[in-house]
Amino acid sequence: MYRYDEVDHRIVRERVEQFRDQTQRFLSGELAEDEFRPLRLMNGLYVQRHAPMLRVAVPYGHLASRQLRKLAHIARKYDKNYAHFTTRQNIQFNWPELARVPDILEELAEVEMHAIQTSGNCVRNTTTDAFAGVAQDEVLDPRAYCEIIRQWSTLHPEFAFLPRKFKIAVSGSVEDRAATQVHDIGLHVVRNETGEVGFKVIVGGGLGRTPIVGEVVKEFLPTRHLLTYLDAVLRVYNRFGRRDNKYKARIKILVKAMTVAGFAAKVEDEWLHLQDGPSTLRDADVAHYASFFTDPAYDLLPSNPPELVEKQATEPAFARWLERNTRPHKQAGYRSVVLSLKKTGVPPGDITAEQMDAAADWADRFGYGELRVAHEQNLILPDVRERDLYEVWQLAKSQGFATPNVGLLTDIICCPGGDFCSLANARSIPVAEAIQTRFDNLDYLFDLGEIDCNFSGCMNACGHHHIGNIGILGVDKNGEEWYQITLGGSQGSHTTIGKVIGPSFAQADVPLAFEKIMAVYLEQRTDGERFIETVRRIGLDPFKERVYAKHH
Amino acid sequence: MRSIIKDGQVAQDCWQVLRADTEGQYPAVAADVDVIIPLALWLADKAAWQGRAGQTAVWLAPDEDPQQLAADLNSLPLVAVDFPAFTDGRGYSLGRLLRERYSYAGELRALGDVWVDLLHYLWQVGFNAFEIKGGKDLDGALSGYDTFTERYQSTHREPVPLFRRRVTSL
Repeated sequence: MYRYDEVDHRIVRERVEQFRDQTQRFLSGELAEDEFRPLRLMNGLYVQRHAPMLRVAVPYGHLASRQLRKLAHIARKYDKNYAHFTTRQNIQFNWPELARVPDILEELAEVEMHAIQTSGNCVRNTTTDAFAGVAQDEVLDPRAYCEIIRQWSTLHPEFAFLPRKFKIAVSGSVEDRAATQVHDIGLHVVRNETGEVGFKVIVGGGLGRTPIVGEVVKEFLPTRHLLTYLDAVLRVYNRFGRRDNKYKARIKILVKAMTVAGFAAKVEDEWLHLQDGPSTLRDADVAHYASFFTDPAYDLLPSNPPELVEKQATEPAFARWLERNTRPHKQAGYRSVVLSLKKTGVPPGDITAEQMDAAADWADRFGYGELRVAHEQNLILPDVRERDLYEVWQLAKSQGFATPNVGLLTDIICCPGGDFCSLANARSIPVAEAIQTRFDNLDYLFDLGEIDCNFSGCMNACGHHHIGNIGILGVDKNGEEWYQITLGGSQGSHTTIGKVIGPSFAQADVPLAFEKIMAVYLEQRTDGERFIETVRRIGLDPFKERVYAKHH
Repeated sequence: MRSIIKDGQVAQDCWQVLRADTEGQYPAVAADVDVIIPLALWLADKAAWQGRAGQTAVWLAPDEDPQQLAADLNSLPLVAVDFPAFTDGRGYSLGRLLRERYSYAGELRALGDVWVDLLHYLWQVGFNAFEIKGGKDLDGALSGYDTFTERYQSTHREPVPLFRRRVTSL
């Protein structure tokens, strides 16, 4: 894991001092609200429905146990004993007091964390595959490049005031688990015909009001050119992105307006001047950052040890958890464990201070002191010995982390919705809970198999509803909360935007609509066919007919 | 005469900035004053402006292309970029282009919604003079230079990015 040197520490400390000064000038009336807003947003501080909300960066989802303990401490000392993991691998606190935010930032700086650029019209936290470094299908460990991008984007003097927010995701594996096609820039590690490693650069993806799957602007960018090319893309966007209408200000609108070929040509023209400049990465530079992400000293262990196989055979509940909540590891004898933050009755992504401490302890005891945050809002223990899995399962159960639903319908990706967010049109948490309650029967849930269910409380799409196999969008109809359902969306290497099935539903009717949709799936599926495959094969009509059928 | 910040100090300044009024008309400019005029006026009649007794400089709006000024940069006493709102970041790219692509070495001034919190970034991309917005603390703005003592990126002030300096010193 990356460790700060003296310079990193200094930059973060200076940012804390700058923000403390800005906060004081706001509280004393020297800075107007309109002036303070962009400044506080660039430090992750929103003013929400009840209190400020502070979003803390978890760079590319990497957390050390000591950092997670610090987050637990902050939840206890400054908040209401819990926090919320977001769909961009960050964590947010819902109840801090404005005047104490600089103190929180100072505490975070002690463990090499910050809230820099977690909001605002600037380059946001770089995200990647939660299984980076341990996945079996990895082409290249993307984390050194993620850290290089994190540093490049941090307080970049040219790009502090972009037309709109800017999100970069990196995927190093065959299967794209970082949703790179719905980011402003998606970087996909590829090899060219000579075996050289580079990035396929995808630009202009995004969800929100205008969901668009990104398009390739460069098929193969040698890795050494990463930063000069990013500078070129950002400069074109900074200069020519629309600033007259915030709903048309994302880079996706610029790419559409210029056409992808026109945009790529403009970037290429800009890049001519930057290419091979001082930001070109030398092998030694990359090696320096990669040296922070070497493998831990794994034990040489057999796969499927007898103690695992025996428990798997005799305890169906354990076998079920093993199947759903663990993932294959590149090292024999190890698996990655997904701690589900999707227990029925708990808002998706929420975690208590006690759970944070417990997870940090397990990361030390069963792993190498590291955890990952998944964009699906779950927490991951990346390196667990297979022989320890039974014990980890029991501990996870004791902390409410072991709901065996990872990848299933109740593993809902969900924004905080109208209970917290002042942008939301509708609440999301109670509706997500109603769906989880309706599908609480594990046999039924397992029978339905893998289904991505994504839920956003408004068209800003923080819950990524467009790319859920089944998506829910909260809409406002004359002051009432209604819910639109989409089908057929998917994330990953074949990202697709889902289609709305018809008129929206009252809150109480959403679970029943889900039940009808699932009934159609169970009737129509062929052997082993997943929900999304059935939807693609039969189309939306059979689902529409059932859901909107008049009662007889 | 009023105060601006230039090269890290408060300085007295005589330049007038010529801006259109609400009807799009430009007020008359006395022949002997030093004036910073919009790019369009400059391009329309360079010779007339150059023939005045006072000095003439040019300011760019954020949507203008610095290339249009490239041929004149060596002869201009000052180039300015307007920041109509501090959240409009286009001027930062213009600053870099003027310095790095068109090798402009003279005074580069930031006009408009400019105050202490922006100074560090503006300095890094090449601005060296700042007309601080009316009502904002001018002397206090000097502290903006020192907000950060280091940065990660290649900038006009320090073209070698931190990662390169780090690895070289290993």
